[in-house]
Amino acid sequence: MDLATFLIQCLNAIQYGLLLFLVASGLTLIFGIMGVINLAHGSFYMMGAYFAYGLAPFVAAWFGESFVLTLVLGLALAVLIGYALEWAFFSFLYRREHLQQVLMTYGLILVFEELRSILAGNDVHGVNAPAWLAGSIPLSDLMTYPVYRLFISAVCVATGLVLYVVIRQTRLGMMIRAGASNREMVQSLGINIRLLYRIVFAAGVGLAALAGMIAAPVSTVYPNMGSQVLIICFVVVVIGGIGSIRGALVASLLVGIVDTFGKVLFPEGAGVVVYLLMAVILLWRPEGLFRSG
Amino acid sequence: MRFRFARLPMAFALFALVALAALPWLATPYMVDLTTKIMIMAIFALSLELLVGGTGLVSFGHAAYFGVAAYAAALLAPKYDAASLPLLFAIAVLAAGAYALVVGALVLRTRGIYFIMVTLAFAQMAYYIFHDTKVGGGSDGVYLNIKPELTILGWKPFNLDNGLHFYFFTLVLLAAVFVFLTLLLRSRFGCALAGIRVNETRMRAAGFPTYSYKLAAFVLAGMLAGVAGFLFAAKDGFVNPELLSWHQSGAVLLMVILGGAGRLHGAVVGAFALTLLQEAFASEAIFGSFAKHWQLLLGATIILAVALLPEGLTGVADEIRAWRLRRRDAGQSAGATDA
Repeated sequence: MDLATFLIQCLNAIQYGLLLFLVASGLTLIFGIMGVINLAHGSFYMMGAYFAYGLAPFVAAWFGESFVLTLVLGLALAVLIGYALEWAFFSFLYRREHLQQVLMTYGLILVFEELRSILAGNDVHGVNAPAWLAGSIPLSDLMTYPVYRLFISAVCVATGLVLYVVIRQTRLGMMIRAGASNREMVQSLGINIRLLYRIVFAAGVGLAALAGMIAAPVSTVYPNMGSQVLIICFVVVVIGGIGSIRGALVASLLVGIVDTFGKVLFPEGAGVVVYLLMAVILLWRPEGLFRSG
Repeated sequence: MRFRFARLPMAFALFALVALAALPWLATPYMVDLTTKIMIMAIFALSLELLVGGTGLVSFGHAAYFGVAAYAAALLAPKYDAASLPLLFAIAVLAAGAYALVVGALVLRTRGIYFIMVTLAFAQMAYYIFHDTKVGGGSDGVYLNIKPELTILGWKPFNLDNGLHFYFFTLVLLAAVFVFLTLLLRSRFGCALAGIRVNETRMRAAGFPTYSYKLAAFVLAGMLAGVAGFLFAAKDGFVNPELLSWHQSGAVLLMVILGGAGRLHGAVVGAFALTLLQEAFASEAIFGSFAKHWQLLLGATIILAVALLPEGLTGVADEIRAWRLRRRDAGQSAGATDA
């Protein structure tokens, strides 16, 4: 492997890892704070990708073509949907056993997949990257790297920073951290924990949908795209430690690197490598790399 | 005599056995074939119930043992000859048990949500081994062309090529697994597992090596899942990686929960309910052109079931009893204030 190939693979690994981080951070928050196993989280990723595909013609017709406007609209829609879903389906799951959470969110996956099939059909669709991001950067005489992939990484880093500032520096973030460590105490201090849950859930849905939207031009939009991401994100959350955003970041980069280089170095065993990594880490630390914090 | 809910499971089991034994004379060949498939899934669900309801271990990767046994049967059977049924059966079940032993020894170090996720990860690992490498024909799968045969001194008591014989073979195995698990859960071993489910720390303090007990349950559940996997491979003669996929693990977990975890007959009821619901929703005769969107109806039904039946289908009797007790207590306390 020469230097340019190595560099490209590194960039790919980081971009994939950061994208996983967006999905996994929402998942780990919902796990850690509400104690809900949300199998439907992958569906929110898929929903975002279909927003990027489906909203673009509307935006083009009303406001002229604008990728950023599509992103903003899709994100707003996803957060609203997340808020409504929490109210309708998840709010009564908190006191139920994990088993019932698994069952109900599995039911939600079926509903989402079928709605997707009714509304958008079962074909694979491409989504165009905006013209101002369509170029590529030459790395050597033959190799180039697409600007759009750098854009994905940049959006993820920016979102990660916003997340960090909100959780570490604001009153809302303080309540979220407190809610993660002691639910009853937060409630007895007069904080509206149901509202807090609803906000966290909606934010988690928004993060997953954002990841789906920005990934759409690279990955294309296809049925069942959510379940692949979901399983990998479970691996990320478990490696990082449930409820830990920092853990999710480290774990998703680790998974991104291991998966990308696994595919290059041992194409036969590519699928196994990530799960092997998880097994080894859990044997070493059964609670993940970072416990919640 | 008053009607006793406590006697229901026994009566249910006997009634179900008679109904299933009579079915081939009442139903179409298609129904017999479908019921065979459901009974195989029922054995699979029973094996998971030993972990979920019996021990309190929620495994989200149970399809791996089902699939490993199916692959073992398909790969190790002779190509142009009928395999010996008892030998192939034993090999398949032992292969599933061996994989469960390796995985169980590792995953039982974790608990709670971690356990759910780690079992899933190990199942995915097995899935990718069969999917990406050449051991089992990759994503195309492998065929088991000739059904295994049982020969005792040149005499063949039955022929699995015959759908009816296969039906009764499966029914006998289902009944055997059910009786075995009923007795097992009542034994000292089963009681220890129930103790671990309720309070593991206390069981350890009482001197039970809980890790070994859990591992034994895990391996046993893997072997019983292997029985179902062997039957599946023998029935259709075709094995592919989808048997190990997380959809399969999810489906069998659904059967256990839908039927009602914590009750053995719940697993059987769940297997029948889920498969029949799927068949009904996908049937054009009932739902017309909407039948192609059967997943929407199934998903909505599952969500409703969680909301309305937290104890599963077989828990309805318990809930009615609890409701009647509450009403009686309320009546008594109302009477007390009158006096």
